[in-house]
Amino acid sequence: MSGIQQHFISSPSLGRLVKGLSRLPRLLLSVVAGYLRELGVGLLAILAAMVVVGFMIAAAGLDTLRAYRALLEGSVGSINGISETLVRATPLILIGLGIAVAFRGGMWNIGGEGQFYLGALGAALVGIYLPPMSPVVHVLLALLSGFTCGGLWAAIAGYLRARRGANEIVVTIMMNYLAAFLISFLVSGPLRDNSRLIPVPQTPRIVDSAVLPRLIPQTRIHAGFLIAIVAAVAVWFLLERTTVGYSIKATGENPEAARYGGINVPLISTLAMVLSGGLAGIAGMSEVTGVHRYLLEGISPGYGYLAIAVALFGGLSPLGVILSALFFGALMVGAEAMQRAVGVPVATIYLLQGLVVIFVLARQVLLRRRRILDLKA
Amino acid sequence: MFWEQMLTVAFLGSVLGAGVRLAAPLLFAALGELFAERSGVLNIGIEGMMLFGALCGFLGSYFSRNAWIGLLTAMIGGGLLSLIHAYLSITMGADQVVSGISINLLAQGLVTFLNRAIFGLPMLPPSAVPFTKIEIPLLSKIPLLGPLLFSHHALVYVALALVPIVYVTLFRTTFGLRVSAVGEDPRGAEAVGIDIARTRYICVILGGMLSGIGGVTLSLANLNLFKESIVAGRGYIAIAIVMFARWNPVTTLGAAFLFGIVDALQMHIQSLGIALVPPQLLLSLPYIATVLFLVSRAGASSAPSALCVPYVKEH
Repeated sequence: MSGIQQHFISSPSLGRLVKGLSRLPRLLLSVVAGYLRELGVGLLAILAAMVVVGFMIAAAGLDTLRAYRALLEGSVGSINGISETLVRATPLILIGLGIAVAFRGGMWNIGGEGQFYLGALGAALVGIYLPPMSPVVHVLLALLSGFTCGGLWAAIAGYLRARRGANEIVVTIMMNYLAAFLISFLVSGPLRDNSRLIPVPQTPRIVDSAVLPRLIPQTRIHAGFLIAIVAAVAVWFLLERTTVGYSIKATGENPEAARYGGINVPLISTLAMVLSGGLAGIAGMSEVTGVHRYLLEGISPGYGYLAIAVALFGGLSPLGVILSALFFGALMVGAEAMQRAVGVPVATIYLLQGLVVIFVLARQVLLRRRRILDLKA
Repeated sequence: MFWEQMLTVAFLGSVLGAGVRLAAPLLFAALGELFAERSGVLNIGIEGMMLFGALCGFLGSYFSRNAWIGLLTAMIGGGLLSLIHAYLSITMGADQVVSGISINLLAQGLVTFLNRAIFGLPMLPPSAVPFTKIEIPLLSKIPLLGPLLFSHHALVYVALALVPIVYVTLFRTTFGLRVSAVGEDPRGAEAVGIDIARTRYICVILGGMLSGIGGVTLSLANLNLFKESIVAGRGYIAIAIVMFARWNPVTTLGAAFLFGIVDALQMHIQSLGIALVPPQLLLSLPYIATVLFLVSRAGASSAPSALCVPYVKEH
C-alpha cells in the first residue's frame, strides 16, 4: 500500500467519504432497482386486471380495444383530460397519504371518507363566515381548519382504540356514516343557502379570498394539487427523517417492542390517527376551496374508500401514493370517456380498481414469501 | 303525545317484530364471523361478502323465479369471495386486515359492475321473487310475543334456529373443539394432528356462506330490491356484535337483537313523523350504538389468542 493511500485511509473522515463514494453507484443502483421492481409489480397488477376486465367487456358484447383507447385518450389525451386527471388525483393523494401514515403506524384507519367530509366542513365554515381578507391568510386558515376538523374526527377513533381498546376499523367506518349524516343535516338545515329561489341542500358560496387559484386557464386544475405534492414531501420527511416518524413505524411494526424501546405507544398511535385524519381533512378543504366553492351533500364520490386502494397499491410510500393516485384519477376520468364512446358502464373501473388491489396484494405476498424462503435456504 | 303514540301494544309489537327482522341479517353475518374468528382468522371482508351475497341471491331469484334458489346462489357468492380471503390469509399468510379490506373494495367494484351491466339504471328498481311472511297459526296472534317470534319470513326462523345449531357445533362437537384449538393455540393443535389450514379454510368459507345469506336476507326478505348501498356497514356492525358478544353464539343472538331493536326504533320514530328530531340523527342511531357498544365492552380479553396471526408451519 503506498504512502498516499495510507494517508487517505488513516484520515477517518476522508476515508469514510471515499468509501461512501465508491459505494454510491451500487447503492443508487439497488435503490433504483427496488423502485423499478415495485413499479413492475404495479404495472403487472394493472395489466392482469385490465386483461380480466377486458374479457368481461368483450363478454358483454362490446369492443374492448376501442373502450381502452377511449379510456386512455379521455384521461391523458388532451390538456383538459390531464387537468381532470390531476383534479381527481389531488384528494386521492392527500387521503392516501393519510391512510399510509395510519397503516404504517398500525392503525387501520378506514375513515378517510368521514375525515374528508369533516375537513370540507371546516374549510367551508372558514370560507363562508370569515370576512374577506388576504387570500394567502384566508386559504391558510381554511387549510388549518380543514386539517383540524379532519384530525379531531379521526382522533375520536384513535383515542378509543389507544385508551379503551375499541377496534378502530369498526369505529372509523361507523364515523364515516355519522359524518355523512352530519353534513347532510347541516347543508339541508342550519347551513343551507336560503338565498336561492328553490333552496337546494348546499351552503352559500365561500368568499373569493378563500378560493384556491386555478393553475391553467380554461381548466379546473387548482392549487390543491400543489398542496398535495407538498404534503407528500412532508410525509416522506416525517416518516424517513424524524424521530416521530420512526416511532410511528416502530409502533406499527411491533407495538410490544416499541413499548419496550420507550415509545409511548398510545400517544404515537393516536398521533398517527390525527395526522391521517388531518391529511384527509386537507383533501376536503382542497375540494371545497378549489373545485366546488361551497359545501354540498355528496361532495365525495367515494374518494375516502378509493384512497384505501390508492394507499395499498402505492405500497404505503409517499411516492407510490402519488403514482397510484394519478393512475386511479386517470381511471375515473377515462371511465367517463369510455362510457360515452363505447357504452361500457362507468362502474367497470370500480371492478378494475378492486382487481388491481387484489392482484397487487397477491404479488406482494408472493415476493415476501420468496424472500423468506431465500433467507431460510 | 309522543309517548302516547309509542307506548301502545301495537306500536311496541311492531317494533319488536321489526327488531327481530332487522336483526336476522346481522345474526347470519355475525355467526359467520364467529366461525372465522374462533379459528383465528379475522374477516373484515364480510361487508363485501354480504353485498355480493345480496346481489347473487337477488339475481338467483330474479332469473329462476324461486327465492330458495336465490338463497343458494347467495351462499355460493359469499362462499366464493371468502375463498379469496382464505387463500390470501391462510395459504399465503397475507395480513388479514389488508386482505379483508381488499375484498371489500373488490366486492364493491364487482357488484356495481354486475348490477349496472345487468339492470342498467332503471327508473324503477327491478323486483325478484321474495321470501314471504309465514304466520304460524294461533301463535302469531299472541300480543307482543306473536309479532316478536311467530310472524316472519322464512329466513328469520332459519336465523333463530341457527343459534343453537352453531352453539352445539362449536362447543359440543369434535369439529368445534378443533376450531377452538386452532384459534387459541395453533402450534399445539398441530402437534396433536389437527390440520390448521383445513380447519381455517372450512371456518372462513362457512363464514362467507353465512354472510351471503345475511346479504340475501336484506335483498330478498327485509326489502325486495337490490341497491349498491344495501349493506350500509352491516358487515362491520356484525364484526362489532361478535366482539361485543365475546365470541359466543348465544350472546351474539342477544347483541344482534339489540341492534335490530335500535334500527327498528329509529325507523318507527321516523314514520311517526316527529319534526323535532332531524331524520339524520335517527339514521345515525345504529352507528352511534355500535361505537358505544364497542367502547362499553372493549378490551379483547376473551378474543381467540391466535386471531389475526398467520400460521406458518415449522419444519
